[in-house]
Amino acid sequence: MDMATGEFTPATGTTPLAIEARGLIKRFDGTTAVDGVDISVPQGAIYGVLGPNGAGKTTTLRMLLGIIEPDAGYRRVLGAENPQDVARRIGYLPEERGLYPTMKAYEAIAFMGALRGVPLAEGRRRGKELLEEHGLAHAIDRQIRQLSKGMAQTVQLLGTLVHDPALVVFDEPFSGLDAINQGKLELLIRGLADKGTTVIFSTHVIAHAERLCEQIAIIAGGKVPYAGSVEEARDRIPAQVRLETRNPDGAWRAALPEGTRRVGQFWYFPLPESGVEPLLKALIEGDAGILSLSIERAGLHDAFVAIAGEAAARAMVTQAAGEAT
Amino acid sequence: MSEQTRGRLSLLRAAFVIARRDFTAILFGRTFIFFLLGPLFPVVVMALAGGVGAQVQSGVAVADIGVAMEAQDVDAMLAAREEVAEQLGGGVPPMVATARLEPGESFDARAVLESGGGSLAAVVTGTPEAPVLTATEGRVRNWQGLVGMIAGFAADPGTRSYPAVSTQAVVTSGAAETSGRIKTAQGGQILLFMLIMLLASMVLSNLVEEKGNKIIEILAAAVPMDAVFLGKLFAMLGISVVGIVVWASTGFAILTAGGVTLSDYANPGVGWPMFFVLFAAYFAMGYLLLGSIFLAVGSLANTVREVQTLSMPATMAQILVFFFASLAVTDQGGWVEYSAMAFPLSSPFAMVARAATDEALWPHVLALLWQAAWVAVFIRAGASLFRRRVMKSGPQGARKSRSLVKAIGGLFRNDSATAG
Repeated sequence: MDMATGEFTPATGTTPLAIEARGLIKRFDGTTAVDGVDISVPQGAIYGVLGPNGAGKTTTLRMLLGIIEPDAGYRRVLGAENPQDVARRIGYLPEERGLYPTMKAYEAIAFMGALRGVPLAEGRRRGKELLEEHGLAHAIDRQIRQLSKGMAQTVQLLGTLVHDPALVVFDEPFSGLDAINQGKLELLIRGLADKGTTVIFSTHVIAHAERLCEQIAIIAGGKVPYAGSVEEARDRIPAQVRLETRNPDGAWRAALPEGTRRVGQFWYFPLPESGVEPLLKALIEGDAGILSLSIERAGLHDAFVAIAGEAAARAMVTQAAGEAT
Repeated sequence: MSEQTRGRLSLLRAAFVIARRDFTAILFGRTFIFFLLGPLFPVVVMALAGGVGAQVQSGVAVADIGVAMEAQDVDAMLAAREEVAEQLGGGVPPMVATARLEPGESFDARAVLESGGGSLAAVVTGTPEAPVLTATEGRVRNWQGLVGMIAGFAADPGTRSYPAVSTQAVVTSGAAETSGRIKTAQGGQILLFMLIMLLASMVLSNLVEEKGNKIIEILAAAVPMDAVFLGKLFAMLGISVVGIVVWASTGFAILTAGGVTLSDYANPGVGWPMFFVLFAAYFAMGYLLLGSIFLAVGSLANTVREVQTLSMPATMAQILVFFFASLAVTDQGGWVEYSAMAFPLSSPFAMVARAATDEALWPHVLALLWQAAWVAVFIRAGASLFRRRVMKSGPQGARKSRSLVKAIGGLFRNDSATAG
């Protein structure tokens, strides 16, 4: 551990870790909600925790924040084994959004800052500044109950950031936001990471993680079958070749590898280990009449399906579709 | 390490942040006016509790007539009293031998009555032929004829003429003082009970509202749950101080305008200034004890309906405790009073009554130390339960329709949140 900064450095790498958790277990009433979760979040990264509802995402985040204690396992957050010891350096936006309805917008931000050690007067000043910066100057003196849901969510988000945290934890931050506000939130998260803030968020929408994250953990059934970079996850699935030919049949077909499937006029098969050149040669010699040939790298969704299983992926898609409607 | 970079707020500072928010929110909230009107309710409760009050009065406010004469005259007076009581039925006050005097010995009845204490309301001196009744003006008016009749029977059982009774009035008597002190004790107990119940209910509503607003998770992530517990508890204590100042000022203004002063009432055993100090101390202790229980109960509930279901047993139990403490007034120095003083939840009520009826201060020192120890135990246990359970019963828990029985059963397990 770097004693000056309090950041934890893993033995095998040089990147300091903002969060390290090993073997976290949590049971409720005999049901195991989280079953041996391992997570390593590099400092300054945007880290996604992916999984369907009930997978154990929220419980994992709550354990990382010290809201609940794990039954077993080890965690270190910003260098502290007890996350509450570094609570003033952490910002947290829970899935269930909550503000005092009769509080004014800037007071709500100041109160959330006060919980993290920002003096009330300074919190009020910063609250007003943040609201102005985010186009909510007209809402500064309005009570929370007078704001639209989106505006109230923005106020809470700003309250999460008012104390300039080193680590921000968002639980399903995109939930309930329209497309425009989702885009704004993505920009804000990128901005935080650019400043060196570590961001960890849970989501059941793979697209957000794919656009934002360098690192992810996939949670399914309380376990983490994969934790690592997005690129590595995608590389776990061989690239797919998509071939379109003028001649539907012929000797060239013998050159197609095992597992090839046909969808319409296209043929799909994994990229052979020997590369595409020998295949091209065989297709040309077999008079396939190549109209198009492309190599498509697997997306995060495909990787998720391969890692977490079809059922978990279906649950994610159903949940996201349900929210969209 | 600077204030800005230190890892987390101290327990006290975090509790202060929570308390400050709650205090200002309640103080400037719309419902605060109803809180200030709350003391009107004791009037209703006093009417309901009239039965117990009457029992207490009849059991305790005994007014005796003392007899201080030569020995044979005392015996004659006591025998005559029995005879008169037999003929008249009820309504003849008890008569006791206060002093059996030697011939020529004098007796200062006024001094005995004004020294207070005991149940003496009047003293008859002189002889059966020429009795002297010493009592307060009211008692003199009521008992002059009756004492004359008893004295007449004592002097000559067959007489039909009764001696003239000389009288001398005193400002107060032991019986008047005892009766007044018991009224003060009862009033203090009722006021204490109403204030504590009102505030404990408010702290409970406040917590449930917070859980409904989903704010509790934000608090739990930022500060220790013990700080949330303490902050809420002490915010309401602060609110109660504001309320008491307003009520006391208003009451004082009304009484002053009506020309009424405290000297019109029986002086509490410990005196008015110390009585007020002790009342405030016992109020704080009683509120902290019951508030801890209510906050812990609130940590189990998700909705107002669940709060009502869960808090009802606690409320009913507290009413029983209150009646128990009220009955202790009838058994001063007996096991009921000592039990009420020892049982933590009834102790503040019993001791307020004792402050009104007894002069000794040292029992209050002991009682406050005893209650403070229990406050520490209750707060610690309440905060522990609160910490373990408050995140247990979130919205997902509600969707899972956990039964209250199961929730209560889970109090003794060590898990603390819903799966997410």
